[in-house]
Amino acid sequence: MMNKTSERPNMHLHLKIWRQLNAAAPGKFVSYEKENVSPDMSFLEMLDELNEHLIKTGGDPVAFDSDCREGICGMCGLVINGQAHGPRRATTTCQLHMRSFNDGDTITIEPWRAKAFPVVRDLVVDRSAFDRIIQAGGYVSVNAGNAQDANALPISKYNSDLAMDAASCIGCGACVAACPNASASLFTSAKVSQLALLPQGLVERKERAINMVSQMDLEGFGDCSNYGECEAACPKEISISNIARMKREYVRAALTSA
Amino acid sequence: MTLDAKIPVGPIQEKWDKHRFNMKLVNPANKRKYTIIVVGTGLAGASAAASLGELGYNVQNFCIQDSPRRAHSIAAQGGINAAKNYPNDGDSVWRLFYDTVKGGDYRSREANVYRLAQVSNNIIDQCVAQGVPFAREYGGLLSNRSFGGAQVSRTFYARGQTGQQLLLGAYSSLSRQIKEKKVAMFTRHEMLDLVVIDGKARGIVTRNLITGKIESFAADAVLLATGGYGNVYYLSTNAVNSNATAVWRAHKRGAYFANPCFVQIHPTCIPVTGDHQSKLTLMSESLRNDGRVWVPKAKGDKRPANEIPEEERDYYLERRYPAFGNLVPRDIASRAAKQVCDEGRGVGKTGLAVYLDFADAIKRLGRKAIEEKYGNLFEMYERITDENPYNVPMRIFPAIHYTMGGLWVDYNLQSTVPGLFVLGEANFSDHGANRLGASALMQGLADGYFVAPYTVGNYIGSNKFEPVTTDHPAFKASEKEVDDLVKKLLAVNGTKTAHELNRELGLIMWEYVGMGRSEEGLKKALEEIPKLREEFWKSIKVAGTGETLNQNLEEAGRLADYLELAELIARDALNRRESCGGHFREESQTPEGEAKRDDENYSYVAAWEFKGTEEAPELHKESLTFEHVPLTQRSYK
Ligand SMILES: Cc1cc2nc3c(=O)[nH]c(=O)nc-3n(C[C@H](O)[C@H](O)[C@H](O)COP(=O)(O)OP(=O)(O)OC[C@H]3O[C@@H](n4cnc5c(N)ncnc54)[C@H](O)[C@@H]3O)c2cc1C
Ligand code: FES
Repeated sequence: MMNKTSERPNMHLHLKIWRQLNAAAPGKFVSYEKENVSPDMSFLEMLDELNEHLIKTGGDPVAFDSDCREGICGMCGLVINGQAHGPRRATTTCQLHMRSFNDGDTITIEPWRAKAFPVVRDLVVDRSAFDRIIQAGGYVSVNAGNAQDANALPISKYNSDLAMDAASCIGCGACVAACPNASASLFTSAKVSQLALLPQGLVERKERAINMVSQMDLEGFGDCSNYGECEAACPKEISISNIARMKREYVRAALTSA
Repeated sequence: MTLDAKIPVGPIQEKWDKHRFNMKLVNPANKRKYTIIVVGTGLAGASAAASLGELGYNVQNFCIQDSPRRAHSIAAQGGINAAKNYPNDGDSVWRLFYDTVKGGDYRSREANVYRLAQVSNNIIDQCVAQGVPFAREYGGLLSNRSFGGAQVSRTFYARGQTGQQLLLGAYSSLSRQIKEKKVAMFTRHEMLDLVVIDGKARGIVTRNLITGKIESFAADAVLLATGGYGNVYYLSTNAVNSNATAVWRAHKRGAYFANPCFVQIHPTCIPVTGDHQSKLTLMSESLRNDGRVWVPKAKGDKRPANEIPEEERDYYLERRYPAFGNLVPRDIASRAAKQVCDEGRGVGKTGLAVYLDFADAIKRLGRKAIEEKYGNLFEMYERITDENPYNVPMRIFPAIHYTMGGLWVDYNLQSTVPGLFVLGEANFSDHGANRLGASALMQGLADGYFVAPYTVGNYIGSNKFEPVTTDHPAFKASEKEVDDLVKKLLAVNGTKTAHELNRELGLIMWEYVGMGRSEEGLKKALEEIPKLREEFWKSIKVAGTGETLNQNLEEAGRLADYLELAELIARDALNRRESCGGHFREESQTPEGEAKRDDENYSYVAAWEFKGTEEAPELHKESLTFEHVPLTQRSYK
């Protein structure tokens, strides 16, 4: 392999970062110079170092969310050079490493942009709309203690695997940030699909589809016009075919209820 | 105060059933009159909040992330144990119980562990009913795999994302209760104090992480499910926001801290690359099912792995532990890795790594099968290291991973503060001195779905509660203390950042209270930690103000607590002059270098009572008796 990272020299980068004090305040880009960036660093470690410098020099560190830093909690999420989670396919911001950049690059860093995701501060946004979509029906109504033996219900491996593909969604919101309409269809459909593919989900299937889709609209997310940007930006490669399944579920529910 | 574990009498198989029968019940119509606070939304917290909501209590649930779904449990990879015996390979409740007590190196309570094994099967049923997509065989039934410390296949999994799927299951149940208004959810709220009134836990004080507002919440019982304290070591596999503040502040209010020195070091993590490192990434233990661990036989052999011929490789785990091979428990695998690196046989640039090699498994099973089992882990490895583990062996090294120690709880999961219950990794209860793989998820969900809903109900049913509001002077006093602490942190205005000081603390802990601990080293740590604490209060620099989202302030507050807890960890390690599980005292080993327990003198739980930051804590002992699993020196040979 060319350019094994460990052999690449450290880089100097020009950063343009969105700064905004709170939801009400106007925001703007501020430029920072970041030297000595090791290609082995993660993108967030690069920002950690910038913040260390800002704190020490009396500046105001950049607020950004992260937690697991393993690509699974869905807490991180930055628009990097116009792309949700940056340039690497199927990679969250926390898993993006600086070896994806070159010495002298200018990097623009912004928060998710969507009406339903108001900015909290700098690069941190409020994604509670996603929680409310799940609350609208993203569950099977089974109280603790109600369950039968797990193997009493065989499920074909094929369906179970498809359900798992959909269930891999980490709820980061990149799909919304990438969509020209700021639609939450990929997120919502991942949950609708997971439960539609499994026998456990069938009892509440109609209400689920209708209530989750209605909540999505209520939160101010846009419609899906099949741009496909969501699938391309999704760090977990959730397939857009889930949206088609959700639409079928919705139509089926609308036609058979009432 | 003498510690009473409140273990029910009677044969171990019947204890839990009898105990449940003897419990006081709360009339369904009365449940909504009681408010229960649950802090944490990981497996333990989310499952408890949802279950208590289902029962009809009024629940208030708190977490620090922006959504309950992001709790650290989400990151668990490998799987969850249960005694289903679906593979028909000889498993049973008794065997899971036995393996867990033995794996914990005989430092856990038999009755608790037995109950855990008993309810393990209900957990799998519950999760499947929720729609958790566990791995399945072609016939449509559930699939199992093996984990360290067991010779049966009892681990259920959902690819390499088991924690995610279990947590999303619990989160879905929680979401349903939120919608039904049985649970009120408070995200981005950090608990900063426990409020105790008339000797009972009656509420908490939190800081709203967005507005900085200090708020009080009153309740009839408080449940902490706030996770482990591994980040005291700075670098660990924990999420960067995992912290010890809730348990530490509760400790200062009277909850004893048990076995703090029992910290698990996981053998298979991606090695450190430099000072910028903010966390360490685990490579699931399940990889040891198919990966073979080795180093070169010769010291300082710097050839690339594929140029080292078979006969010049030392598969040291297979050599030393033929019965369990690469699947020995974590503490043993970690120490063995340290030993070969200490001998100068470590690999990679730093020499602080060993190989985990899949070449044989790929040859035997084909690349596709390996991809199916571990694809996402291999991808994660490649993203981080830029090396492709299908072609070259992984490089791995031990890292801080899990804390068996935690707040002391009795059989009912109640701490020494009445009305304060502690669940999941935050308590000390079930894993003794070493946790077996895939047992933390089991314990978190057991506590939340199947234990606390009963025992908390019993507490509510058997106590009288004076009405208390947040106007009570105890709340006002706590609010003031919390506010003062925030102001104090902001006022120091020194020269060092929280990251820098936490890194320094981490180095002390890793060096002296890490994989090998000695009297001399621990004494040194006990000198260094208070010095660093003093330095912290002189030189910490926190940016910004307390009235906005201020992540730097959050970090500094957590570090202030680590600097106190670290000292207790070292003190506990010094007190325990035996090796057991994850706690290896250099002075106490067999001629072959294996851990040597001292059952005569240390067969007890060390529960520490807080006496003041600069005062020595008081040690209370809960002695452990083993009636069902005979005490033997653990052997995995
Ligand atoms: C990388 C990794 C992989 C793992 N893999 C496995 C595995 O395969 N199998 C297994 O059994 N175990 C595994 N474990 C261990 C297991 O994941 C954890 O022990 C377990 O998930 C802990 O769950 P919990 O509910 O106790 O706490 P957590 O999931 O840590 O949740 C803590 C909760 O408390 C909240 N909180 C914390 N402090 C406060 C505060 N002050 N105020 C308000 N809220 C607060 C947090 O917001 C969060 O919601 C793994 C651990 C790691 C790190
Ligand atoms: S921080 Fe968890 S996904 Fe990035």
